[in-house]
Amino acid sequence: MAEEELRMLYTEQIIDRYKNPRNFGELKGANAEAEDMNPICGDRIKMQLKIEEGRVFDVKYSGEGCSISQASADLLADFIKGKTIEELKTLQKDDVLKILGIEVTAVRLKCALLSLKAFKLATLNLYR
Amino acid sequence: MSVNFESLREDFPILKRKMHGKNLIFLDSTSTSQKPMQVIQAIEEYYRSTNSNVQRAIYDLSVEATEMHEEARSKVAKFINAKHTEEIIFTRNTTEAINLVMHAYAMNKLGKNREIITTIMEHHSNILPWQFWERNAGGKLNFIDIKDDGTLKMEQYDKLVNERTGLITVLHQSNVVGTINDVENIAKIAHENNSLFLVDAAQSIPHIPVNVQKINCDFLAFSGHKMLAPMGIGCLYVKKEVQEMLEPFMYGGEMNKQVSMHEAKWNEAPWKWEAGTPDVASAVGLGAAIDYLNKIGMENVQKHEKELTKYALDEMENVKRIKIFGPHDLEIRGGVISFVFDGVHPHDVADILNREGIAVRSGRMCAEPLLKRLGVSDVTRASFYIYNTKEEIDAFVNGLKKVAEVFRLG
Repeated sequence: MAEEELRMLYTEQIIDRYKNPRNFGELKGANAEAEDMNPICGDRIKMQLKIEEGRVFDVKYSGEGCSISQASADLLADFIKGKTIEELKTLQKDDVLKILGIEVTAVRLKCALLSLKAFKLATLNLYR
Repeated sequence: MSVNFESLREDFPILKRKMHGKNLIFLDSTSTSQKPMQVIQAIEEYYRSTNSNVQRAIYDLSVEATEMHEEARSKVAKFINAKHTEEIIFTRNTTEAINLVMHAYAMNKLGKNREIITTIMEHHSNILPWQFWERNAGGKLNFIDIKDDGTLKMEQYDKLVNERTGLITVLHQSNVVGTINDVENIAKIAHENNSLFLVDAAQSIPHIPVNVQKINCDFLAFSGHKMLAPMGIGCLYVKKEVQEMLEPFMYGGEMNKQVSMHEAKWNEAPWKWEAGTPDVASAVGLGAAIDYLNKIGMENVQKHEKELTKYALDEMENVKRIKIFGPHDLEIRGGVISFVFDGVHPHDVADILNREGIAVRSGRMCAEPLLKRLGVSDVTRASFYIYNTKEEIDAFVNGLKKVAEVFRLG
């Protein structure tokens, strides 16, 4: 039971993205960015976006934290790259969990959704 | 006298719980300890048969409750070898006790140009009150650094102590690196320089014998909940000779003797610092916890934890990629082991162990300046108490090996 639970959370994809992130770093020429942190566990994610003509041209994230928070940011960056801000307007919790492909417990949900929060903050004023 | 630590586990009903289908292995007593039936029953019995408010009424029940409250105080006084029972002030916890010293002493007696010395090893609760004092009283807060092994750079006291120093404060045992500080020596340094001395004993009282007269401290703060007692009760020891320097901390009932519209006269020690209805049941629970610890004997408690800590340190050495913080000399280290796992975040370590039924802490341990000094942002921490066993440490070490597997580390 415990073994199965472990495999369902710490999947190949999560561990791979945690150890070898594709979108980690500073984005030069970013025109929208935001950082958020989870004060309880100290996970921290900064999302930087380069948006051109309403489309996300490039994304990078930086920060520190557990495998779930970091892998989630890396996978989310892949997902939003190339999409329009309009398409991403309705991006929400369930979409992110689908991208992650894991079932998280309540205590780890905050880790999983931190990058989504940072992305929402970064794009907040674009909708105004 | 030899103590059967295995059989005293029977006194702790929570240890029978299953987590993720496995026996609960509780390795977070540094955060809070579990409670034996003797303590739980003492609280229940108080509410069943004695509950009433203290220090107020003429009727028998209130007299009884007052006696029980004061009996708990006297047990605390004996437990730490205080000369007088009225040197014990009940608080909610260590944090409130330290804040009491800040408001009642520092904010009243230490103004501009005065200095307080704490250390980088402290829990936030022995830093933030002094930051408040620094901002509001205009004094200066100084820090003693640590060496890489997690012990204090004692020679720095020579440089930092001067005629402006009004208070030196230090924790007795670290909640992160486990270091047991030489508080008797620091007390001497403080008193030679006409400074008062405060000990944060939150992590030492539950685990090692503490004797306030031997330490010769002016203040000593601790919590009940880390020493088998309920949450909500803590203590501040204030040496009798120092008490007259202290203003009240909070204002209200019980702390006064006489009140008119614009003035009041304060009650005597210790009630002067105990405004409002106290948590009598928790004080009674603390008394029961002290009885329980006395029955085992604090020397035996310390010996048991020393054995567990040595065993854990030795076993953890066989796990690859682990870095342990703090001194290895068991004479100056308690049963607290903080570590990092190269390549795995501390939260993931704690999460994987949790699925094995093992409760360990991960994060910043309420000691961010210390973690920064150690060069890490988070750690995982395992800590031991009277109910832990070598078999549990074996399970913990196996859990660590599983962490490496889950993260595909060779």
